[in-house]
Amino acid sequence: MQPVLTLFKREFCGYFRTPVAYVFLIVFVVASVGMMWFVGRFFDTNDAGLNRFFVFMPWIFLFLIPAVGMRLWAEEKKSGTWELLLTMPLSVTQAVFAKFLAGWAFVSVAIGLTFPLLLTVAYLGDPDWGPIFTGYFGGILMAGTYLSICSLTSSLTKNQVISFVLSISICLVLVLLGWSVFNDLLLSVNLPVWVVDGLSNFSFVTHFDSMMRGLVTVRDVVFFLTLSAFCLFLNVIALER
Amino acid sequence: MIEAEHLVKDYGAIRAVDDVSFHVRKGDILGFLGPNGAGKSTTMKMLTGFLSPNSGVARVGGYDVQKNPIAAKKLFGYLPENGPLYHEMTVSEFLRFIAEMRGIRARPDRIEKIGRVVEICHLDEVLNQTIDTLSKGYRQRVGMAQAVLHDPSCLIMDEPTEGLDPNQKKEVRKLIGSMSEEKAIILSTHILDEAEAMCNRIIIIARGRIIVDEKLEDLRRRHPRYNAVSLTLRGVETGPALEVLGRLEPVEKVLQEDGRLIVVPGKNKTVDELVLQTAREHNWQLAAMEKPPVPLEEVFWNLTQDN
Repeated sequence: MQPVLTLFKREFCGYFRTPVAYVFLIVFVVASVGMMWFVGRFFDTNDAGLNRFFVFMPWIFLFLIPAVGMRLWAEEKKSGTWELLLTMPLSVTQAVFAKFLAGWAFVSVAIGLTFPLLLTVAYLGDPDWGPIFTGYFGGILMAGTYLSICSLTSSLTKNQVISFVLSISICLVLVLLGWSVFNDLLLSVNLPVWVVDGLSNFSFVTHFDSMMRGLVTVRDVVFFLTLSAFCLFLNVIALER
Repeated sequence: MIEAEHLVKDYGAIRAVDDVSFHVRKGDILGFLGPNGAGKSTTMKMLTGFLSPNSGVARVGGYDVQKNPIAAKKLFGYLPENGPLYHEMTVSEFLRFIAEMRGIRARPDRIEKIGRVVEICHLDEVLNQTIDTLSKGYRQRVGMAQAVLHDPSCLIMDEPTEGLDPNQKKEVRKLIGSMSEEKAIILSTHILDEAEAMCNRIIIIARGRIIVDEKLEDLRRRHPRYNAVSLTLRGVETGPALEVLGRLEPVEKVLQEDGRLIVVPGKNKTVDELVLQTAREHNWQLAAMEKPPVPLEEVFWNLTQDN
């Protein structure tokens, strides 16, 4: 287990060794708050809650998490360091897990940095803390699933751009399937309701929706966890040579 | 210590490594030679468990690297081709990372081990520099330091001197030589002088197959002019001398080259003294007599051309 911890530490600190971390953190926080304020029209809702913040989360993740995840394995492959890493005394599974956890922790830091929003709603009104905490919980869980997809696509190529585009495409499908506008579109081409419902069950949005309303169900948690585990499993297989 | 048993690796339809077997023992410095693309790196990657063979077994210290990878990986140090490193880390951060990955966690132990490799690889001046600011020579030394940090009993190095200047090459040779006694070392190179200077055993591989596995001296023996003697005579017609020498029993043939006579003995024979004796008997005046060094390049060239 020790090598996992060591690798985790290296990877996590690694984000802060380059400007990538700071650019990411700033863009993430500005984008989240900006969307909530200007697109979500936070003040017009007249609601001391973070619903307007969470609604945009799947969309912001869609672009920003692939930016974090694209380098996970592609960079190691390109520079050849994976040869160094995978000949250290740790298994491929441990390496995948450690790198994933470090990325997840980093994204969680970014999500955590939106804490001034909490202070703002607390100052402005009397918020219902339940949905806020379940929303954050769900957000972090969902971020992990996004990242596991990025980790997988990153392990398939040496090229970070390919990895980025591939992961955005996959994540986009998983967002769209649960987006009401897209569902209406599917219904309008005469797809049966059960098919559309079934498809939307595979979406991030569908499962995140209830969490952002304050409801944490086993079903939703299991969805995110199994999808992550499945992607990481494929990631390990992709790295076997 | 390091064993390869019938290793085979295919890349699609191309067989990169074809039934390669050898055994590296303690005290061996095995030079793995071959033209580019012969399968050197692929074999080394299979030895380290980075690539899995299509068939065959690689063992380090008795552990199968595929079935028991972690135990095997603890026993060797590996310097991959081109010495990949994490460029954004400083040298000391990097070595510390490697130490911890290798399970060297106790602070005094870690400091001592890192101190040792910093000293033998002469890294003290660049400890706090990030790796991407280092020259190629320093990077290679960091790679080397990383490989020997845990004082492994087996050392696997893929082209350790590639891209270094002559002084750095000499340093690396010295370093490898100084570690050879208590370790089993295998290193690949396509530079023959390199192998000649460092190794005590040579494997030549071409098109994925081992064509030679023997001691350096045995390899030299394969040269058609092994043990030949070259003489330059003064004031004597070379014609008759050539005839006289050609009649000697152990001599296979005598050649004439730029005014010199080259006496080539038969297999496993020497003619040095006999030539001297003959010269004395005939009162030839010797301007020069020498044993020209056997160019390993030619042996290598002949072997790899045939295959």
